[in-house]
Order: sequence, then C-alpha cells, then structure tokens
Amino acid sequence: MDIQGRKLIKIATAGSVDDGKSTLIGRLLYDTHSLTTDKIEAIERSSKQRGYDYLDFSLATDGLVAEREQGITIDVAHIYFNTDKTNFIVADTPGHVEYTRNMVTGASTSQVAIILIDARKGVIEQTYRHFFISNLLRISHVVVAINKMDLVEYSEDVFLKIKADFDVLVGKSDFTEEQITFIPLSALKGENVTRKSEHMPWYVGNTLLDHLEVLEPEDLQESAAARFPVQLVIRPKTEAYHDFRGFSGKLYGNTLQVGDRVTVLPSGNESTIKSIHFFDQELESAAPGSSIVLTLADEVDCSRGDMIVKSGEAPSSEKSISATICQVNSKALKVGGKYILQHGINRVLAKVDQIEAKIHTDFSGTEEAEQLKLNDIGKVHFRLSKPIHFDSYHQSKSNGAFILIDEGTFDTVSVGFIE
Amino acid sequence: MNLFIPNPKEAESIYILREVAAQFERPVLLFSGGKDSITLVRLAQKAFFPAKIPFPLLHVDTGHNFPETIEFRDWLVKELGLELIVRNVQDSIDQGKVREERGRYASRNTLQTTTLLDAIEEFKFDACIGGARRDEEKARAKERVFSVRDDFGQWDEKNQRPELFDMLNGKIHVGQNVRVFPISNWTELDVWEYIRTENIAIPSIYFAHKREVFFRDGLIWTANEHVFREAHEEVVERMVRFRTVGDMTCTAAVLSEATSLDDVVAEIRESTISERGARIDDKRSEAAMETRKKVGYF
Ligand SMILES: Nc1nc2c(ncn2[C@@H]2O[C@H](COP(=O)(O)OP(=O)(O)O)[C@@H](O)[C@H]2O)c(=O)[nH]1
Ligand SMILES: [Mg+2]
Repeated sequence: MDIQGRKLIKIATAGSVDDGKSTLIGRLLYDTHSLTTDKIEAIERSSKQRGYDYLDFSLATDGLVAEREQGITIDVAHIYFNTDKTNFIVADTPGHVEYTRNMVTGASTSQVAIILIDARKGVIEQTYRHFFISNLLRISHVVVAINKMDLVEYSEDVFLKIKADFDVLVGKSDFTEEQITFIPLSALKGENVTRKSEHMPWYVGNTLLDHLEVLEPEDLQESAAARFPVQLVIRPKTEAYHDFRGFSGKLYGNTLQVGDRVTVLPSGNESTIKSIHFFDQELESAAPGSSIVLTLADEVDCSRGDMIVKSGEAPSSEKSISATICQVNSKALKVGGKYILQHGINRVLAKVDQIEAKIHTDFSGTEEAEQLKLNDIGKVHFRLSKPIHFDSYHQSKSNGAFILIDEGTFDTVSVGFIE
Repeated sequence: MNLFIPNPKEAESIYILREVAAQFERPVLLFSGGKDSITLVRLAQKAFFPAKIPFPLLHVDTGHNFPETIEFRDWLVKELGLELIVRNVQDSIDQGKVREERGRYASRNTLQTTTLLDAIEEFKFDACIGGARRDEEKARAKERVFSVRDDFGQWDEKNQRPELFDMLNGKIHVGQNVRVFPISNWTELDVWEYIRTENIAIPSIYFAHKREVFFRDGLIWTANEHVFREAHEEVVERMVRFRTVGDMTCTAAVLSEATSLDDVVAEIRESTISERGARIDDKRSEAAMETRKKVGYF
C-alpha cells in the first residue's frame, strides 16, 4: 500500500528516439488530470512557439535545457501520476543505441516495462535490445505499445504483423514466466491510452491505463527467502533503552517474525528474533520491503554489512562469482581490473578474472571480447577479497545484483546480475 | 500473527537515511521549516529510533522568513532534542560576499547558495540531506537520490552516477559532497497525506488565516517591509494559506478556507495549480531551476 492507501506500480519505458515515449507519458499525465493548469499553459505556450497546431505533450517531461534545445530525452527522468486506485512511477528512459545504460537503470527499479514500437517502422533492431534488457532484468510484465496507429490508418493488419514479428523474439527468450500484452495506440491522439479507440473496433483488449491498473503489486513482487542486510546497529545508550542493541535494515524476499530462528552471516552464529520494531511500535511480524529494527535473543556479533537470514535458508557464500555485467560508464571493464563491488549495502574488493564473452543484445549469440565498453553486456568472472552472501539474480533480484565502483573516480561503472 | 505491511515510499526514505548515516562522516539535514523538511525530520526519527537522530539540522536563514516558521523551528528543535545550526544570509551580505538584489522582484533566495556553501566548508559536511522531490519541477525529475557535487556545489546533469536497484554509492573524494534526497519519489500529495496520517505538527501559515496581501502578476503577495511594493499596489486583507514556506519575497499565498489538515489535503487534491506555480522565483524563466542547481542551489 502506498501512502494514500493506493497500490504502487513502477514502470519503465523503452523505445527508439521519436517512437513517442515522452508523448505517451505526457498523454497519461494529461488524461489522468495529473498536469496542473500552469503546466498545461506552459505546454500550450511552448507548442505555439514552435509552430505546432497540436499540444506537444513531450514537453511535460523533457526537462533539461539541453533536451529542450535538441528535443530529445538524454537521461532517465522519473514521473509521477495517480488514479483513484493506483500510484504510478514512470522511468522515462531514452532509446538511443548508446543508452542501454539508461534503460537498465530505469528498469532496475520497475515492475513493468512498456516497449514502444512505431507502427510505421515495426519491430526493429532497437526493439530486440529493449526486449533483451527487460528479460535480462526479469521484468515480469511487458507491454508492447504499438504507437502512431493514426499514421497507418488504424490498420489491424499492421498490428498483427508487428505482433507476429515480436512473437518470434519471444520464442528466443529464456524467461518464460513473463506476461506480454500488445496494445495498439496513438499517444498523440489519445487512442487506447486512457480512452478506448473508436477507430480500432477490432481491438478488444484493455486500454493501456486499464491494463496497468489491474496489475497487482503482489503479482509483481518476487517471493524468495527472507534476507535482512544490516545497515546500522542501533545503540541508544539512553536510560530508557540502556541495553538496547538493535539491527536496522530493510527486509527483502519474505516475512520475518518474532521467534524465528536466524543465522547471522558471515559468522554463522545462530539466535532467535526477540523483537521487531518500527519506530515506537513493536511488531509480531513484518512483510518484505519493511525498514525495521530487529533485536536478537543472544549477544551475537553483528554489524553493518552482515546479513540475517532464517536458519536453514542460507544463501550461497563464495569468493568467486560469475555474473552478467552491463557496463554503465565510458571507462571499459578489462581483465585484471580491480573494483569496489557493492552487493546491496555490503562492499568488498573484486578483480576481473576473465571475460567469458560479450553477449549480443539482439539475441544473435555471443562473441569473444577483451573488454566491455559502455553499454556492452557480457559474462564475467570475478575473484573477491571476501565472500559475499548472494542468491542468483533469477532467485532474488535484491540479493542477486551488485554494482562495481571505480577505485579512482568512485563512479558506478557496472551493474552485475549473479548467475 | 499481525503482519506489518510497509508503506513503500516511507520504507525507502528510511533506508536512504540509514545509508547516509552509515556512508558519511558528517551529514547534515537542511532544514527550511517547510513541510518537506519537517517530513524528513519525522522520517529520520523513525530511521534511528530509539536512538536520537545522529546528525544536526542546518537552517540557512535569509532573514526574510515568516516569523511563524522560525517560531516553529525553535519549538520543534526543543521538543525533539535536536541540534540546530543557523547561518544567516545577512552575514554573507555584511561580509560583502553577496549583494542584495533591488527592485520589484528583489529576493534573497538565490543569495542562500553562498551562505550554504560557506557552511558546508565551515563544518566540513560531506552529505546534505534535502527535502526536494522529483515531482516538483522538470529539472528535478532527473535528480539522483545521492547527487554528487564538486567543491563549488555544482551539479553536472550529464555526469550523474546511475542508480541501480536501491544500491546507493556515496563514495566521494575530499572536497566533494553529496546532496541526498530521501523523499525524491514522493509527490506533494504524498507529503500532505503523510503529515495528516502521522499527525505531524507544521507551521501555522500552512493553514488558512487572515493576512495583509496585495495582488501582482496574478499572484498573492505578502504585504510587509521585506517585500517591495509599488505605491499603486493596494493592500487588502484576505483569508490565505501558503503551499510552500520559502522566503516572504518569493512565496506567494493562495486564497483558502482550509483550517485543518483534512481541509488542506482536500484542497491539494482538487488543486489545478502546481506548488511551484506559486514560487515567484521559478517564473523568471522556464529553465530557472536547472540554472540555479548548476551553481549549487539545493
Ligand atoms: N502521428 C503521431 N505522432 C506521434 C505519436 N506519438 C508521438 N508522435 C510524434 O512523434 C515525435 C516524437 O515523439 P516523442 O514523444 O518526443 O518521442 P520520444 O523520443 O520517444 O520521447 C513527436 O513529434 C510526436 O508528436 C502518435 O501516436 N501519432
Ligand atoms: Mg523523449
């Protein structure tokens, strides 16, 4: 539940330049009355200045000066809107070839991906890449939005041809649990976005907004083993809480409850959950996603970076790992390179042992590579200074992903998905 | 078993605040006395309870704040036993570091930047926690949760670190600092609903009250000695409230009858004008916010 008791759905958009992502988001904002009059006036003014005879909704989201000048989206923007039932967060990710990074970033926090296709162009190489990335990130709901239907006379044949081409791609995917929905629409004219189109009586499915609204966050959440990475030890040392020693963190994967038998990693010490706190409340049990404080029945060693798990549900602990890497920085990843590896909140040192292969993002296989450059995706083997306690990304997104930090610049240079 | 179901936005903000305490040596919470920074204080209480909030608050006082805001600030700090640091724009002016603006739209809003950067240097703060939200303004929509600034407080929008999943990279070099925005993903309505649900105290000017005002450019301005007014701009009394509590010189009021939190939330829901629509400083140009951010405004 969100703050207003509405459910929260996070969406990433993908599409090539000019497929209409910004227009679609602007349209969703406009039709859900999420644009205030001063913003609409600003859009009207800018549209007129540019000599358009329609409202250019992309102006609602293209925020930076450089973008407005060039008329393109250059970085991930987050946009918020809500209906009576649902709060939405949309990551507007640009679709240029060189911006794989942005889609991976936007998709990493999303449960739903909208892949846009220009009805006139159909499935193109970029579409392959967008679908590949949504698979890599294991996004369980994909909406294929076939846009600009107004420019192809709202033709069902065009829609069916694109759907058939896309289905060929789906056949190549190894992620079989995902749900894929095709919607023909016109972002500019508002057809099938929030209003059912009269021009496409042959389409019997939901409008885009209706489709997004019926998704349940529970269906989108993964169910895995409970993982509790300790962020901070809370020691108030006040009179009222003299002996209080709590472990604060965010719970992932599953619930924890008072009385659960737990193991602290890496020490392997066992104890029992004595109490669970959220601010001044004491809880019996907490659902995944809770930022809570735990106390344990025994005086066990436990500090930042340690992980509390249910006994008998231990993750893997290894000093060498294989992962799929997406390079998100212009500095290339090379064999022998040393990095700070941040897995959740825990940091260790990592050395690149081997680059096994570079993976083609168009489903055409792999090739040998000496290095991974910005926007490249590859299979990489690492050796670590200390073991990390992980699950495979397929089992647990939160405990199966990491970032690499450059030791010199401290920039985030890669994201990894553990096998 | 009673299962606790978290509010995802609140849980995320608490997670971020704990990362700040863990990853930085000298964090500070930038406190304006407004609803967003008051919400941050509540979230910080929750993040560290039963321990105290492990960082001080910093208020950059323009000297043109509403007296109600300052009263509230001092009350809150005392009530919660917080540490408060105040630095004054007036001192930066007296030291000749910045020059007071003149004329119709004179404001000390942009002058705050210098005072803030000086305070960061004085206390060697490495993380400044702010209440900005991405829904406030288009340029903010691309802001990171951990936003790295150079020695001059500058923001380079093309060179931001990507933020993947909820992993936060706060590693910085000496001289750099990070602006942290724990409520990035909240909307204005989220904040108001939260204040109501949690029953959080806020300054009285957020509620409808009688005030001496005048009208200019379709906005309602506070009439007093700090706000430049032309002779023909007539002062009248109206029932108004404020949606943001910045400087008196750059915060416009809205006509309102909302005297309770329920009324305010209902008004925000119905509202068709954005919160920043009542920020006089943003009106100067469409690219206003981005320009100010590039030079270190938070
Ligand atoms: N005819 C038509 N034009 C569209 C539609 N959607 C977007 N466009 C136009 O396509 C161009 C690119 O749109 P934009 O939203 O900026 O694309 P983005 O690069 O994916 O964000 C703009 O000129 C839009 O007006 C549509 O459904 N029909
Ligand atoms: Mg765009």
